Amino acid sequence: MSTMILTQTNYFADLIHYLSDGLGWGFGGQILGYIIIALIYMTFFAVAGLLLVYLERRVAGFFQLRLGPNRVGPWGLLQTIADALKLLTKELTGTERKENLLYHTAYFIVIIASLLALSAIPFSGGIVAFDINIGVFFISAISSVGVLSILFGGWGSNNKYSLLGGMRSGLQMISYELSSGLAILTIILMAGTLSMTGIVEQQRDMIFLLKGHIPALIAFVIFVIAGTAESNRTPFDLPEGEAELGAGYHSEYSGMGFAWFFLAEFINMFIISAVAVTLFFGGWLAPFGITDGLGAQWAWGLLWFFIKVFLMIFLFMWFRWTFPRLRIDQLLTLEWKYLLPIGLLNIVLMAILVYFKLVF
Amino acid sequence: MSYIGNILGGIKTLLTGMKVTGGYFFPSIIGRKYIITRQYPDEPAIVMDRFKGEVVMWHNDNNEHRCTGCQACEIACPNGTIEIIWDRVLNEETGKKVKQIDKHIYHLGMCTMCNLCIQACPTNAIMWSTNFHNSTYDRSKLTKVLNRPGSKLMAGVEE
Amino acid sequence: MEQVTLNTADLKSQEYFLNMGPQHPATHGVLRLILTMDGEVVKNIEPDLGYIHRSIEKQCEYEGYKQIIHLTDRMDYLSAHINNEAVALAIEQALEIEVPERVKYIRTIMGELTRIASHLLWWGVMGMDVGALTTFMYAFRDREMINDIMEETCGARLTMSYSTPGGVMFDLHPNFHKRVKEFIPHLRSVIPKYHELLSGNVIFQKRMKGVGKLSYEDAISHGTSGPVARGSGVHSDRRIIQPYSALDKADFKEIIYNEGDNLARYMVRMDEMLESLNIIEQLIDNIPDDGIQAKTKALIKLPKGEFLQRVETARGDLGVYIVSDGKKNPYRVKFRSPGFSNLNALIQIGKNHLIADVVAIMSTLDFVVPDIDR
Repeated sequence: MSTMILTQTNYFADLIHYLSDGLGWGFGGQILGYIIIALIYMTFFAVAGLLLVYLERRVAGFFQLRLGPNRVGPWGLLQTIADALKLLTKELTGTERKENLLYHTAYFIVIIASLLALSAIPFSGGIVAFDINIGVFFISAISSVGVLSILFGGWGSNNKYSLLGGMRSGLQMISYELSSGLAILTIILMAGTLSMTGIVEQQRDMIFLLKGHIPALIAFVIFVIAGTAESNRTPFDLPEGEAELGAGYHSEYSGMGFAWFFLAEFINMFIISAVAVTLFFGGWLAPFGITDGLGAQWAWGLLWFFIKVFLMIFLFMWFRWTFPRLRIDQLLTLEWKYLLPIGLLNIVLMAILVYFKLVF
Repeated sequence: MSYIGNILGGIKTLLTGMKVTGGYFFPSIIGRKYIITRQYPDEPAIVMDRFKGEVVMWHNDNNEHRCTGCQACEIACPNGTIEIIWDRVLNEETGKKVKQIDKHIYHLGMCTMCNLCIQACPTNAIMWSTNFHNSTYDRSKLTKVLNRPGSKLMAGVEE
Repeated sequence: MEQVTLNTADLKSQEYFLNMGPQHPATHGVLRLILTMDGEVVKNIEPDLGYIHRSIEKQCEYEGYKQIIHLTDRMDYLSAHINNEAVALAIEQALEIEVPERVKYIRTIMGELTRIASHLLWWGVMGMDVGALTTFMYAFRDREMINDIMEETCGARLTMSYSTPGGVMFDLHPNFHKRVKEFIPHLRSVIPKYHELLSGNVIFQKRMKGVGKLSYEDAISHGTSGPVARGSGVHSDRRIIQPYSALDKADFKEIIYNEGDNLARYMVRMDEMLESLNIIEQLIDNIPDDGIQAKTKALIKLPKGEFLQRVETARGDLGVYIVSDGKKNPYRVKFRSPGFSNLNALIQIGKNHLIADVVAIMSTLDFVVPDIDR
């Protein structure tokens, strides 16, 4: 699909090539190929969302000394499907004088942003839908578009609580974009390329967290904190602080509108975990090259990628069920007085280390 | 330098908190150690003997009870949960008219389980049962008649 | 934190009303607060009460003295036993009867267990209000043990109606001693973990320290009592000033913190739980064995006069004031509820804080709205 740095096959590009030139369908074949890829990603989106919601409820149950859902289906696996069916049949309420355009585009924007970001993540050896050479920058930019949906939802609902939630969230996300960008930049200094597949390839000998020792560790901590703030999870879930505002910016949505916001929050968490895994932990590479000699490398890559992402997501859930919430001015103090100066100093430190070749 | 000290001290308290919840999570995953859920319809609910579920009247095998219709429980009840319907009948042996109970009506919907009626009863006719499955869709089912049809006063109970 | 003040001469902003309505996850019951806000800073709070007023005091005028006990359960349902004890003590004070020693010991032990249960629930809900959602489940796990103890002896878990004028309703179950002795070391081992989970957390400390200051003079002038007053340095423990039941036979100290902010009130309640465990431990082994009910007439009539009894519930200072004119129903019963005066303090200490702070302050004031509205 575009210039690739590696000599590895990209399975999606092969599919398009087969449909357009192999079968001889030309441009129509390309379009068909694109549609198939989009459907694959949307299926993944739905299945991953379902599984993540189930996982969150189960893990929350075990943290709180109780079982999660375990009645619907074996081990409760079909619980989210039951929830989705319930949400499909709910009445779409809204306030009386809501702004129709803003209210209804809010949840579409967040879905589009999540799907776009999902397309640039390398799941395995050749499985990247959109393998551009500015991959990380693209994902970071698309996350910023997601902020719009929250502001639209907050303003368009014509409700003071939603407005408060939306404004808080907009403020929070714009501030923490900076910190996560700086953490990403630290790693890019060491990698030398913005392409996601390039970054993964460079970690074949040692993962970046160990290669960059001190600055990479600090960058990881900053990225994790900024990541939880980006996806509006506790301890940064002030926009949807249930004890104060009901449900914040999505309190006036019901039925499918609410389902989109809900799913998008989990997919955002998945995307942030995937970016962290790719940048710091080696993406889909096997630790110590255990399974490198076996066949069907794409399957082994998928397995390792999902194991690592699952562990990161578990870390986020652990944070959610342990810490209290920060107040809005403490949140902003944390960002502007602590994370930003440390992030900037970290970049300088990493630049010095890379220049004098002190990284591994 | 207190800036760095603040940060490190803060991170340490956060990690301590995570250790507490982690200490409950990992044993629960492995051996269900700390789980306190009782999956109710499959496992029975634990109810103690003295649990105040609802008021019932004691009957023996011959369908006889001990209620003489003295109305002590009706007077003791704070909010009119108990209504006694009685009439005077002629006692054949002594030739005197005595009270006899016709119906002992108990409004379960109004009862606050304060125990005053059972304390006031001179013949131990009514007592607690631990049955708590009392929710219904029909409010008239919450008005119960405590003495069973066809039952009569046990011989020898007098006040 | 330093208080947030806006220099409204430069900014043109408009104040607006926000309604933390009767149905809200953070107000502990049906309480309506009308907040006047400027941006996110609260300028004025106006509580609107009465959503759960059930006219308990008026109902007491139509019932006999034995029958008003079950109504007091439902006022402050988290310290139900102490409410019952208060009315029973008032009636016994009027009739001048002497209850057996066993009754006094049982009432005190049950009262302290109720206090621990109430503080545990408060801690769980406090965690939930500031965002740590697992504290709720941990607190309820411990509270289940107390509920089981209550259910075995009194028959009910929450609204017990256990004390009567002259004694208690049922004798202790044979398992009572064993269960209480198992509970005490369990709670002692678990409370340090709770301190590690919530109190020591840097996020929690930043939200609680220095927020919602109530000074010593203001605490007295608003009439606050209980942990709210003791967090500001006021010596107001009714169990020490006028001991009732078996409290003079146990040796415990009063917990006072002087700062007056949220963290002080929080620590007062956490330490009170440990003090209550001390009281129970001292009393549990020495319960005398002389009957559970003093002789009273079947129909109780108080002599003419006015009788007052004050006790220390988990919220503060509850007063029961009975005016009697010789008949079998009281002429007037007045309950002085601690929550009503504590809520008054909210109006003053909530000014110029953010909404999140108002929620945290309401949590530490720990009122139960049925207690305020009766």
